[in-house]
Amino acid sequence: MKHQITLGVGPVSFRIGSDWHGPIAALDALYHDYPRPGFADYSVRLEAISPWRRWIRPSIRVRGDYWLPDASPLPRAQGLLAAEMGMNLQVALGHRRHLLIHAAVVARGDRAILMSGVSGAGKSTLALMLSQRGWRFLGDEFAMIDPETGWVHPFPRPVSLKNESLELIPDEYRVGPLLAGTPKGDVRHVAPPTAAIAAMDEPARPALLVFPRFGFPSALGGLAASETFVRLTQASTNYVAMGEAGFRTLVRLRGRIPAVALDYPDGATGVAAVEALWDAL
Amino acid sequence: MTAAQTLVEVLRDPARAMAIDLTRWTELLTVARAETLAGTLAHRLEGLAVPDAVAKALAEARIDAAEARRTALWEANRIAKALRPLAHPVVLLKGTAFAAAGLAAGQGRGIGDCDILLPKPMLDHAEKLLVDAGWQWIKSDPYDDLYYRRWMHELPPLIHAERGRMVDVHHTILPLTARQKPDAQALIADAVPLDGGLAVLDHADMIVHAAAHLFADGELAGGLRNLWDIHALIEERGLEGLEARAARHGLSSTVDRALRLSHALYGTSVPRRCRHLTTTDRLYRRRLMARDGWGRERHTALRTAFYIRSHLIRMPLPLLSRHLWIKWRKGKAASASG
Repeated sequence: MKHQITLGVGPVSFRIGSDWHGPIAALDALYHDYPRPGFADYSVRLEAISPWRRWIRPSIRVRGDYWLPDASPLPRAQGLLAAEMGMNLQVALGHRRHLLIHAAVVARGDRAILMSGVSGAGKSTLALMLSQRGWRFLGDEFAMIDPETGWVHPFPRPVSLKNESLELIPDEYRVGPLLAGTPKGDVRHVAPPTAAIAAMDEPARPALLVFPRFGFPSALGGLAASETFVRLTQASTNYVAMGEAGFRTLVRLRGRIPAVALDYPDGATGVAAVEALWDAL
Repeated sequence: MTAAQTLVEVLRDPARAMAIDLTRWTELLTVARAETLAGTLAHRLEGLAVPDAVAKALAEARIDAAEARRTALWEANRIAKALRPLAHPVVLLKGTAFAAAGLAAGQGRGIGDCDILLPKPMLDHAEKLLVDAGWQWIKSDPYDDLYYRRWMHELPPLIHAERGRMVDVHHTILPLTARQKPDAQALIADAVPLDGGLAVLDHADMIVHAAAHLFADGELAGGLRNLWDIHALIEERGLEGLEARAARHGLSSTVDRALRLSHALYGTSVPRRCRHLTTTDRLYRRRLMARDGWGRERHTALRTAFYIRSHLIRMPLPLLSRHLWIKWRKGKAASASG
């Protein structure tokens, strides 16, 4: 394609091609500290929905090795969001090297907390806030569990913060442009701390599993092994596709680490609760 | 050399993969995925010293293929169980058949729907048994449903409510509207039984079916994979009886075209008369290779021509006109209401 870039994030590499320069320049800036590998596992295309829509009311269609036919096009100004969506989709639909669980992951040394939840549960915000308090940021989208070792591999993509979370962005973090009026509201991407990117090939051992829920009165509950298992299958995008390896990996994860459901009213309370859980381990 | 050409070259001669640089590998993998040949490529390259990053991606394609095979065989098992009251073997077609029969053509192959063949008089009963066992119709539209039942060579597709897998129940291998009339009774009579109430087509019939599917029933999208099926079938078990069998089904020229193109692209061992491409074959080859290193389809005009052709060969012009007219009016009505 006319413009392109390759990006390495943890164990995965992407090639993003675009009919426009803008989205590639935005990726180049946001992913400043990430490697530019020669080979890419997945290709993403940001293409005009028709030849003339490259120029007139430019509209981006996201395609790639894997894609969903019903995804709506985005205006050119939201090219970075389109690229991020495309990259997410490749991993969610194509990745088989690790069991994927929708979770944010932070670590102290080589021991990690997995925070799994649906969109809006606050896992990204919690991970970003913890990264300011000395925790290593391993990712806010997918926990990648190695079927051989059971360890979680970093996949430290930039965090996408939405709407009211935007004010939480720390000053010293590298950010992308403010994308107003996207299907998800106002969005801004925040690159993880340089140290987290530099350590993106160092896996960690899962030590605690938290299911956070933002916007509820503080509450803490233990989870039965059976419920943890079902929640994890629901949070995984490739559990079925991984077959027996996925099942074995999930059983081992569930059996090894404590799991708690955590309701919290605001970010600061959530962070304090997570750190208290950690200290009690 | 285009990425599609590289893919064909490497499938044909895996040793050529050693000369590929990393950028080219990215393109090769992308085009292989777009042509649903990634698993096949990964199997062909197994054991070769490819770059580490590439080896990891190929290993994933093998995981996918193994899972596709496992689910396809389980689905065939479930279908055979549901259809046991027919007291007739369920003849598997295409990918599921290759996997069930343990053929080289099945190695690494992606498998989508489960295609099966049954004697036409049993179709109504089979449909009832499948619906009783949890399959549902997808086509809710009465015209589509009627069209399938009157003109197609299969029941309207059924999907299993829990597993989400589709089954296509055929009673022959080409639409009833097509000019060629394959001998469906012979296909079923000569099928080779397997365990578990299943069967697969006789070797020569498998090749005839693959050729019919590729050239007499479609627009050639994903044709490189279908042509690879033909190549792998021939390389594993030869050409014995193929000429006579193709003639019996009225598909001699279709099979010969498949042999010529398979030889030209993959180097298949074929009779001397099939070792040169005709002018028309070259258009087919161009259509088969119409994909770039980003996985995008190329040659819009040529693809459109093959798309129109796919309709013309499926049905006579008056019927086609009526069909397109109804489809167009329905499309307009749908966009006006939606």
